[in-house]
Amino acid sequence: MRNFVQFILYSLRIALSGNSKYYAWLASLLVLVIFGTYSYLYQLQNGLIITGMRDQVSWGLYISNFTFFVGVAASAVLIVVPLYVYNYREFEYIVTFGEFLAVSALIIALTNVLADVGRVDRLFHMFPIIGTPNWPDSMLTWDIIVLNGYLLLNLLIPGYKLYKKYMNQEPSNWIRYFILLSIPWAISIHTVTAFIYAGLSARPYWNTALMAPRFIASAFTSGPAMMILVLLIIRRYTFYRKYISDKAISTLTQITLIAMIINLFLLLSEIYTVFYSATVHQISLKYLFFGLEHDGKLYAALTPIAWISVLMQVTSVGLLLPKRTRQNFKALALACALNFGGVWLEKGMGLIVPGFVPTPIGEIWEYMPSFMEAVIVLGTIGWGLLVYTLMLKVAKTIEGKQNLPEE
Amino acid sequence: MDRKKEAQDKDMGRRDFIKKVAVGSAVTAPLMNFQIPIVRVSLDELLQKHFKEMSEEEKKRVIERLEKEHRERYGVDVKIKTTEPLKGVVWGYALNIKRCIGCRRCVYACVKENNQSRASPEDPTVGEIHWIRVVEIEKAKIEPGTEGTDFRTKFGDVKVGISLEEGEHYYDPEKVPEKEYIYIPIQCQQCEKPPCVKVCPTKATWKEPDGVIVVDYNWCIGCRYCMAACPYWARRFNWTWPYLPKDEINPDMHYLGNRIRYRGVVEKCTFCIQRTREGRYPACLEACPVGARKFGNLLDPESEIRKIIDEKRVFRLKEELGTEPKFFYYMD
Ligand code: SF4
Ligand code: SF4
Repeated sequence: MRNFVQFILYSLRIALSGNSKYYAWLASLLVLVIFGTYSYLYQLQNGLIITGMRDQVSWGLYISNFTFFVGVAASAVLIVVPLYVYNYREFEYIVTFGEFLAVSALIIALTNVLADVGRVDRLFHMFPIIGTPNWPDSMLTWDIIVLNGYLLLNLLIPGYKLYKKYMNQEPSNWIRYFILLSIPWAISIHTVTAFIYAGLSARPYWNTALMAPRFIASAFTSGPAMMILVLLIIRRYTFYRKYISDKAISTLTQITLIAMIINLFLLLSEIYTVFYSATVHQISLKYLFFGLEHDGKLYAALTPIAWISVLMQVTSVGLLLPKRTRQNFKALALACALNFGGVWLEKGMGLIVPGFVPTPIGEIWEYMPSFMEAVIVLGTIGWGLLVYTLMLKVAKTIEGKQNLPEE
Repeated sequence: MDRKKEAQDKDMGRRDFIKKVAVGSAVTAPLMNFQIPIVRVSLDELLQKHFKEMSEEEKKRVIERLEKEHRERYGVDVKIKTTEPLKGVVWGYALNIKRCIGCRRCVYACVKENNQSRASPEDPTVGEIHWIRVVEIEKAKIEPGTEGTDFRTKFGDVKVGISLEEGEHYYDPEKVPEKEYIYIPIQCQQCEKPPCVKVCPTKATWKEPDGVIVVDYNWCIGCRYCMAACPYWARRFNWTWPYLPKDEINPDMHYLGNRIRYRGVVEKCTFCIQRTREGRYPACLEACPVGARKFGNLLDPESEIRKIIDEKRVFRLKEELGTEPKFFYYMD
């Protein structure tokens, strides 16, 4: 126990010391966090009326971001599986990047839920014993269970390994079971999140069996893309350079590329099915890509976002397919940024909002997030990045001191 | 600010205080006036149990507190009941769309009876909440041919038809009814298989033995999952505190029905349980000038509503979704 306390104190010391660049980075994240928190307090005081949401579109930016970051969290499994199941050693060093990315993404996802509920003081009503969780009926109850479980797993596994490294001991074998458990768990968090939407017959746009597969595909492309970006930045700006092998990055690149192609394929299937059969169900997708006309007025707020998102995703595939651009780190970074941004737009504005347009009784009402709402979301992302930075700093310093991989 | 207004402000107490902060300086006010929500919510309120888990004794205490809350916040003496559902009764509603003239009298009777928020004269963000929406549809758009398909329900056979996607519920002509249109008032359909209940993560909304879907406004966390799940757009969210002038409040309230709602929770039509459980008709039915609305016990084969289902051309909305509404539309 004393060792553990020392370990925590030691970690804190590492986390809070660094060069001026490190401090500048932390400070800029803090600014985001402060603005976000301030806006959140403002929302607590004045209610959700300060958001752009209304009865017509009753979920917006918060739930969209929640959805997207659950996907990012799930994608950590793409590093865990090659390493622990197929013993792909190149990922040995970067696995913590994945696990901590999962933790941070979950923090973003869960804080977005906090921002979205109308009565945050009553949140405990959905927990067992102290509340009345509607289990197994409600997918939201399921989701809260699996998300918190996944969060714990991803704190436990890397935390335990680090602690052992700090103590100069070999990790015991039992941790393997948790690692193996985390694999199906990762899939489950995103599947259950997809089921939240897919199970609603009231919203034909979401009510498709393709929902969960599309969620997984888009998560498995945007997650690694994010990871590649992080690794490239770390290689460029910090001294951990030599531990991140080109090979690890190129493997990640391939994963990103394949998942993106599958993702676009699924999107195409969806578009084909909906538009060719041309039932009333096409109306939300039509709204997303072309806008809807009503009484001589065109409602098309999401149209540019939809097309830009598709364009970004297709361009990223174009950049990743040829070997020459794929291996050029500048082009690679651009491709990953496009990929990440494209999926964010698609999942963010393109997935949740059109499900509400038109309303079940035929009203077309356009949602745009309010300024405060956007700041709150930025704040949650700031939290995530802050936690990510601090955790990585600790992990990489301890690992670097005590376990230098051979060149 | 003049005298009268000041007095009014005092009356409205907490709600108004919060609102004033909202309207006031947006930059400094939030930090200066911020209270932790736990503080703004009394401990008593926070620790209250789910309605169905409360003993009679606990219910009584809660009701006392709620009545006090109403007094402090809105300056009115109200009576909050917890009347149990009648035995051997499942309520059903039927509406004659050939008769309905789209006058929206039911809408406003409902607002009054059920203490829905009115538009605040001072704060434009506080708007009216309507549980009933009257959708206007061009007669020509009613899909021909679909009316012939029979659906067997446990209360009799119904027919399908009518696509709501082409509706308009903001219609505003000089005079209703307009000739080429029909009107379909839509409120909570009290589904036998309610998706809203299935999805609620906290069991804050459920089906009562008399078939009515209710919400415990003290248990709802405001996640709005039920709103996404309802195929009839029957649920409303309190994006801010409701605005109710003191002299427009209906003091005859039910815990699961028309008591004044909190900010951050959902609400919906309950077929007026504060009335129907005492043998009265829903307010919307009494307000209808053409007698288009019929209400009764679906379990009683001799009831008017069962006769209508047996004898008229009846359909339910979005039959294909399998929600089994207990709200029937019919034509003579
Ligand atoms: S109409 Fe909507 S709110 Fe009413 S019971 Fe059905 S699903 Fe629930
Ligand atoms: S908003 Fe309230 S009633 Fe609706 S699903 Fe959430 S907790 Fe349940």
